[in-house]
Amino acid sequence: MPSDLVHLFMRIDHLPHIWCPGCGNGTIMRDVAVAIQELIDDPEISLNRENVVIVSGIGCSSRAAGYLDFNSIHTTHGRAIAFASGIKLANPKLNVIVLTGDGDCSAIGGNHLIHAARRNLGLTVIAFNNNIYGMTGGQYSPTTPNGDRATTAPYGNVDRPFDIANLATGAGASFAARGDVYHVRETIDIIKEAILHKGFSLVDVYSVCPTYYGRKNKKGDAVKMLAWQRDNLIPTAKYYHMSENERAGKKIIGILSYNDYPEYTEEYARVIERASGGKKGGAAK
Amino acid sequence: MSKAVLMQGNEAVVEGAIAAGARFFAGYPITPSTEIAEQSALRLPQVGGTFIQMEDELASVAAVLGASAAGVKAFTATSGPGFSLMQENIGYGMMAEIPCVIVDVQRTGPSTGLATSPSQGDYMQARWGTHGDHPVIALSPSSVLEAYRLTVRAFNLSEKYRTPVILLMDEIVGHMREGVTLPNPNELIINSRKMSFHDGANKQCYFVPEGQYVPAMKPFGRGERYNVTGLAHDVSGFPTNDNAVAGANIKRLLDKVEKNADDIIRTEEILLDDAETAVVCFGGTKRAAMDAIAALREKGEKVGLFRPVTVWPFPEKQLREKCAHVRRLLVVEHNHGQMLLQVQRAAAPAQRVDFLGRIDGTVITPDDIIAAIEGKEGEYHAQ
Repeated sequence: MPSDLVHLFMRIDHLPHIWCPGCGNGTIMRDVAVAIQELIDDPEISLNRENVVIVSGIGCSSRAAGYLDFNSIHTTHGRAIAFASGIKLANPKLNVIVLTGDGDCSAIGGNHLIHAARRNLGLTVIAFNNNIYGMTGGQYSPTTPNGDRATTAPYGNVDRPFDIANLATGAGASFAARGDVYHVRETIDIIKEAILHKGFSLVDVYSVCPTYYGRKNKKGDAVKMLAWQRDNLIPTAKYYHMSENERAGKKIIGILSYNDYPEYTEEYARVIERASGGKKGGAAK
Repeated sequence: MSKAVLMQGNEAVVEGAIAAGARFFAGYPITPSTEIAEQSALRLPQVGGTFIQMEDELASVAAVLGASAAGVKAFTATSGPGFSLMQENIGYGMMAEIPCVIVDVQRTGPSTGLATSPSQGDYMQARWGTHGDHPVIALSPSSVLEAYRLTVRAFNLSEKYRTPVILLMDEIVGHMREGVTLPNPNELIINSRKMSFHDGANKQCYFVPEGQYVPAMKPFGRGERYNVTGLAHDVSGFPTNDNAVAGANIKRLLDKVEKNADDIIRTEEILLDDAETAVVCFGGTKRAAMDAIAALREKGEKVGLFRPVTVWPFPEKQLREKCAHVRRLLVVEHNHGQMLLQVQRAAAPAQRVDFLGRIDGTVITPDDIIAAIEGKEGEYHAQ
């Protein structure tokens, strides 16, 4: 039996989804739905469902926009953040959530990611990071580890990978975090913080792709790949209590950088005030 | 604003856009369109609108489409290299039926070309720049005042037919300064999309009543949850692999422009009634043509002008009707013969079609046109 969440926030007519068995993307989609539900139910926040706009690009991740029952727009490859920028600027009261992939947001769309981060425009970007181009059948992406195999790296990947959360931080994002598909509760909480954050927020969520990335690199099935996340991706609280030796080779799950920079649409509202002498939405001269 | 002012074509575009209700501009600087971005940055916040300089032209169109989906009339401006970068998302706007205006102030190409020189080399790109079969509306002004009026019209057509409309300017008009008396904005007819779905839509955001072609559009955040995609989709807005549904939708997209061509197409005819030769040109080229026609008329030569104001869809029927009696059609364009192909298709077998063009970045002069008209046979390239 599907949970209430499915009836509330999924478009039942458009399920089942197209993702392969064992894919982590469904978990991330659920995390986003639970995060939104908890923010709607929280009396101190009372997020308005009608103000939520889901924007996606192209790739496995981006099919999530069609399954989630909100205002949704499935755009062109790499451009989700740029479309989202226009939506947010046109109506700053909307909660604009971008669902994207590692290739979508850090290869073809890398320019839009760094510039939205730099502007601190109030978008929430959730990167479904599975280290591979899944939709096209397993080519290496900007997050495929060096030396790993892909259909376009039959002798091992020569590229060095991006760490998307660090990339966003380097570009000036006021909120950058990392989640995964094993630590579900922690990742939901991070996504909630990201949605509540006033400026640009990015959550790099490590997914699993047993079908392409896992199979090509002998990572085992989905359960094995999740077990790797359990053992190697460490929630913040635990990480800080670990010794240097224990931390070796492990990555942190949690909010990695946070700043209180001014948010773009709020700053632009001041530009309108300066230019118009305070009459927002005034008629044409 | 009823007193005469000295204004540049690019500035007139911004004033026209504001009069049409545009309140969002996203763009990237490029010669010779940059003044449109600069003037938008100055003027839009004065009327409560938003300007943003994006990281590139791909992002510019994407942001414009996003703003329009959120209910704000939006536009961008560019020139050749940027227009090339915009093509994918222009196609998205056509497929997803999101209104917006794309201004292309043409310069000499290909590639970086002659960045500050005039051209009309994007004529075919405006029609076929994005992949796949798709509808296109493109308008081309020949004066500063017309740049203003056609910008208003571009927004109106865009809202009415839910499709990106291209304002195909050329550097000549973009940088031309003329004394103009702009119309009072209150006297303009302004079309805006219907902010709700058609009756009977039942949450199907692309529902179109029998006999109509254009779905109604309700912006994001107005209480309807629907999906927008560039994939082939059905009336509910969700992707489909059903070939019959996909094909019928593309056919409707083409039909909404083709079946409404009479509403969309505007042409200008000058001294055509008794003309034996018609100069066929668009945009800024009209200026040289008019001087040439005046000089030739002085000499008693029967020369007139036929100008597509709507350059796409091409006014084939109008050319046939208005130029039926004309013996010779001289197509004059700042390119290597692009609209020429359309005129050749439309001309009667007995009509002679000649051509005068330039691809070196200099302007076609009245003397060039006079020489071509007084010349004897065949194609004539001024080089």
